[in-house]
Amino acid sequence: MSTNIAVDARNVGKIYGNGAGAVTALGDVSIAIEKGEFFTLLGPSGCGKTTLLRCIAGFETPTTGTIHLSGRDITYDPPYQRPVNTVFQSYALFPHLTVAQNVGFGLKMQGTPASDVAKAVERVLALVKLEAFADRLPQQLSGGQQQRVALARALAPEPEVLLLDEPLSALDLKLRKEMQSELKRLQTETGITFIFVTHDQEEALTMSNRIGVMSAGALLQVGTPHDIYESPVNRFVADFIGETNFLEGEVEGGQVRIGTGDLLAVDLNGETGGVTLAIRPEQVSVKAADAQLSGKITEATYLGTDTHYTIGLGDGSHLVARVQSNSVAAFGVGDTVGIAIDAKAVQVLKS
Amino acid sequence: MSRQTPGRSKGLNGWLLSTPALILLLLAASGPLLIVAVYSVLEKGDYSGVRWILSGEGWFRVLFEKDIFDQTISLADANLSIFWRSFKLSIATTVITFAFGLPTAWFIATRPAKSRAFWLFLITIPFWTNLLIRTFAIMEVIRNQGILNTFLMHFGLISEPIQILYTDTAVLMGMTYVYLPLMVLPLYAAIDRFDFRLIEAGYDLYASRWQVLRGVILPIIKPGIIAGCILVFIPSLGAYVTPRVLGGGKNMMIGNFIELQFGQGQNWPLGAALSTVLLLVVLVSLLVYTRASSRDNPNG
Amino acid sequence: MAKRRAFDVTTLPGFTTIAILAFVLLYAPIVTLVIYSFNGGNSVNQWGGFSLQWYAIAAQNEAVQDATARSLIIAVWASVISTTVATMAALGTTRRGKFKGQTIIYVIINQPLMVPEIVTAVSLLIFFSSVKVATGYSGLGYLILAHSAFCIPFAYLPIKARLEGMDTTMETAAADLYATPWQSFRYVTLPLLLPGVIAGAMLAFIISLDNVIITEFVKSAGQDTLPTYMLGQLRRALTPEVNAISTALLGLTVLILTLFVFVTKKRD
Repeated sequence: MSTNIAVDARNVGKIYGNGAGAVTALGDVSIAIEKGEFFTLLGPSGCGKTTLLRCIAGFETPTTGTIHLSGRDITYDPPYQRPVNTVFQSYALFPHLTVAQNVGFGLKMQGTPASDVAKAVERVLALVKLEAFADRLPQQLSGGQQQRVALARALAPEPEVLLLDEPLSALDLKLRKEMQSELKRLQTETGITFIFVTHDQEEALTMSNRIGVMSAGALLQVGTPHDIYESPVNRFVADFIGETNFLEGEVEGGQVRIGTGDLLAVDLNGETGGVTLAIRPEQVSVKAADAQLSGKITEATYLGTDTHYTIGLGDGSHLVARVQSNSVAAFGVGDTVGIAIDAKAVQVLKS
Repeated sequence: MSRQTPGRSKGLNGWLLSTPALILLLLAASGPLLIVAVYSVLEKGDYSGVRWILSGEGWFRVLFEKDIFDQTISLADANLSIFWRSFKLSIATTVITFAFGLPTAWFIATRPAKSRAFWLFLITIPFWTNLLIRTFAIMEVIRNQGILNTFLMHFGLISEPIQILYTDTAVLMGMTYVYLPLMVLPLYAAIDRFDFRLIEAGYDLYASRWQVLRGVILPIIKPGIIAGCILVFIPSLGAYVTPRVLGGGKNMMIGNFIELQFGQGQNWPLGAALSTVLLLVVLVSLLVYTRASSRDNPNG
Repeated sequence: MAKRRAFDVTTLPGFTTIAILAFVLLYAPIVTLVIYSFNGGNSVNQWGGFSLQWYAIAAQNEAVQDATARSLIIAVWASVISTTVATMAALGTTRRGKFKGQTIIYVIINQPLMVPEIVTAVSLLIFFSSVKVATGYSGLGYLILAHSAFCIPFAYLPIKARLEGMDTTMETAAADLYATPWQSFRYVTLPLLLPGVIAGAMLAFIISLDNVIITEFVKSAGQDTLPTYMLGQLRRALTPEVNAISTALLGLTVLILTLFVFVTKKRD
């Protein structure tokens, strides 16, 4: 049994209720998360990512399937028997205990002698830079500080896996960015496997070693941020991550004929028949004239470093192009322009 | 977490934890009520208590009496006048406490947040004060040499003291005094939830103050009104201390009449039957209340 | 007609006047009672100057001492028992979603609030007199049992209210941090619930101390509590001693109520 897998979820399903009103929160989900990696479960609300997290933590029991932790079957173990700790979205700090008592809670429950608890608490508080607040009550701290206490509390017992349930969603933008790099740093320093849940794709791309994209209870794609972004497996993933242009077309003799009638030479990836081409806006170049395709600019938005052009093609479809503001002569609304697409970057998806 | 279905273990634990409370209550509160019902159909014992023989005598004596000599059956006038007094006084108490209670609740609910706690505290203290103390207090006031009479005589309004104590009026005053907080609190709760912008809408549409009261405010706080009325009516009906202290021995209400059967009257089955009747009246009133409040609130 | 006062949607004609009148009428008799407890004179009618004599008389009255001790003993027992039992019941019926038979539990728990005291008193009289005959026991047990029972709903309601305000995330976090269900209760639930439990105990204490009817019916001869003692005094000549005792009880009630408000305001 390979032991560099931290969490091995196999065919996990979760159904709430029964009969006609039953809700399937998780379909047949299988995923293997490696030790020491920063793994993100990404998806819109209701996709099942939190349910999966709670199954790993032990707050929910899967209806079907199993969950293994470092090779041990923990599917039915209660949460207090799993070496897994959670950072809750609402922090869930104990209001009647000081910061130090909160952080030391897990160790105390495990029966660690008080002096060892004190040392561990000191160490972890230093890690999150909150040593000065050890004797304060949670209510006296700011949102960002409370978040770090929640983190410290979950790290203190040195779990095998740390689960983070959208922990940054309550923070303002600047604080979020700070915490993102903090989390990344902590994960690298401690080497603990992090499983992070979020609906923010930018956050996922920033922090993760690997991402698992979920929708409607199913796991759609697992891969590095680069893989997910450059090679989405289906339309949902392509659409959810970053911005994408979609062009419908038909495979014809090794190439794809799109709605305007033009033929594009792209890597078919084995698809035939009706296909959807997924093209990132930055892969679309805009020229003065004479290129692969042509169209008319319907919108031009100057964004500082980039300029966005929305270009209408002959058949009524649109392409959004993102170009660096300095490199091209500025075009205006109504201009007819040539469009070049980097064929290697086009992702061919089944329609 | 064991593999039991969550629904079942929830219920099991719920019952398990509630068991001590339930046992205690069944033993010393609810259970004995059944005993009362049983005793009401037994035969009266010679000195006190009962003989374990079934008899309808207890229930019979609730409404009727048999003449000792010629065995004619007639309505027990004394009993009926007691029932009537109880009913009359309870209704009157409910009405008067409402008349005073609505403005009081309104007043408290419209105080600014800071002073509101103070006023609420003020109305709550009498509620928690010993019933006997409150009844004594009223007694002091309405006695022949009490404050009220002294006051009236001092200002020459009357030439000799009015006998208020030991009349129905005294009992009414006592009950109104004792149960006023019980009317105010649910009314306050209802008014607190009331959306005052509805009144603004009423005035905007040409309603007078009186029309707004009748057509907007009262219908919306109706659940509070009903709750208050029930909270006053039911205890009034079963009142014992107040009519005993303020009514003397003569102006009996049902509660005193019941006590009599266990004291001098020594007719336990009759006492038990009367208690059962009172209990049934209370249950019916409660059913009416739950029906009325769920009708106004179809969402439960 | 020129309106001199600013229009205020919250005022209704005459309401404030009636309200103030109601408060005055509510407190006037009590205030009078308290004032007369300091009556230096000997009768209940005439004022004979300020004096604490009646408090002294009451304090030295053996019957009063006996009744006070008994009242306090019963109240302490009753509030401890009813609060413990009510806490368990509250834990069992709150934050669990619906389960079968929940309504029955509510009905039984709240029954003392709904049933007229005279009926409960009578039923307990019947029940306990049979037990007395059968066992020969006639100690404080009956009173403590009866008081514990009817104090339960008064302890239950504040505890339940407090519990409902606590969401289960705390306990979930505790379980995540290796606390077994018992540890979770002891280190998280109970400390957070404590203000509610204390509040419930205080209400139960007051209710037990104040009880008249049930105590009057259930007690054996010579087993007076303060309220039944005062009721007994009714039959004889009234002296301001009753005023003194009443004022003392009133003072105790106000003290406990103030503490109650303080405890329930804390920690939010």
